[in-house]
Amino acid sequence: MKKWQCVVCGWIYDEAEGWPEDGIEPGTRWEDVPDDWVCPDCGVGKEDFEMIEIS
Amino acid sequence: MSIDAPIVIVGTGLSGYSLAREIRKQDKDVAIVMVTADDGFSYSKPMLSTGFTKGKEADELAQATSAAMVEQLNIELRTHTTVTGIDTAGHVLHLGDERLAYGKLVLAWGADVIRLPLAGDGQEHVFSINDLMDYRAFRKALAGKRRVAIMGAGLIGCEFANDLHNGGFEVDVIAPSDTVMPGLMPAVAADAVRDALAELGVRFHLETVVERIARDGDGVRLTLANGESLAADLVISAIGLRPRTGLAEAAGIATARGIVVNRALETSAADVYALGDCAEVDGHVLLYVLPLMACARALAKSLTGERTEVSYGTMPVMVKTPCCPVAVCPPPVAASGEWDAERTGNSVRALFRDGSGQVLGFAVTGDFAVEKQALAREVPPLHG
Repeated sequence: MKKWQCVVCGWIYDEAEGWPEDGIEPGTRWEDVPDDWVCPDCGVGKEDFEMIEIS
Repeated sequence: MSIDAPIVIVGTGLSGYSLAREIRKQDKDVAIVMVTADDGFSYSKPMLSTGFTKGKEADELAQATSAAMVEQLNIELRTHTTVTGIDTAGHVLHLGDERLAYGKLVLAWGADVIRLPLAGDGQEHVFSINDLMDYRAFRKALAGKRRVAIMGAGLIGCEFANDLHNGGFEVDVIAPSDTVMPGLMPAVAADAVRDALAELGVRFHLETVVERIARDGDGVRLTLANGESLAADLVISAIGLRPRTGLAEAAGIATARGIVVNRALETSAADVYALGDCAEVDGHVLLYVLPLMACARALAKSLTGERTEVSYGTMPVMVKTPCCPVAVCPPPVAASGEWDAERTGNSVRALFRDGSGQVLGFAVTGDFAVEKQALAREVPPLHG
């Protein structure tokens, strides 16, 4: 499982946790997150996220 | 102009660095020189109104140092360097006495805060927060203080009011409008944000303005036009932004409300482009994140070989007031239609529909804010 971070606001999408608020189940891999999903904090799209190392 | 002259980007805010990042996705090697009047730290300006809520100091809101950006983006970076002129015919940037040749020039130097002349001897207590360096100075001045007065009840004024309250400060907001964020959303939604902030303890002084700021002990006393008087330790001036156009205008580049560019981000001068808060893109001046990210992606393609026009989609604006989250997508200025709103507590769902029932804009607050994505899918894109 990987984590992806919004380059604009720093919000982190954790594949292990998903984002159930938008119907994205825990364990959903980044490539399976819908293309029109947006950052819950600042509204930018998937293309403005970058993969980060798991600390 | 030398064929080898670099792409020069003026400004290292979100626009400048996002553009450099997007260029690197297209081309790892093209020479990029970035010029900034500040220290070149990478940060996201919208985050400056979230420091207390996130428990972060000014420098913790920065995402990378200038040195890290140089390495990450493979750029040459000129910090603390002020552009003094542009020779568009010669493709040369003036940096004081120095000359810097460019192949392509990108203006990403942002917007200036609007300042009002104020009477009184307390001016050194008044802060404008337009960049990370301003924010650092403000946070330093806040140490040991308790009361902050904010002039302006726009998006930034509201966000700072909420954030400073979360930081344990007493907050007064003074603004001439009769509710918050006028022009950005219908009053029913704005009223909900105002009420939620007031319930936290933020004190509003609306339909009046600050007339005088006078020293008073270690702090200041503000005299308002309506006769009220209030004490504060520090004052934030957050009455608005104006795209920076002066240097472009002096160079003969067309400007209106911002630096005029078409959808390919081209100014009236050959090989000069603009994006972000300084630009007026196809008639739109949108000082928000989503438009500039879309512009950065399109311009990066243009600069690396394939002329690309930006296409604005539906771009809701998030207002970071945690006590009452807001997403707003204003309808096009010329759109005809009506707002229809429901309010439960501080949760508002306001929809702007045309005669056929098509949703052209929305404002959702509180519990309804989670509907933003579904609503954004209903609204036609700005560039259809």
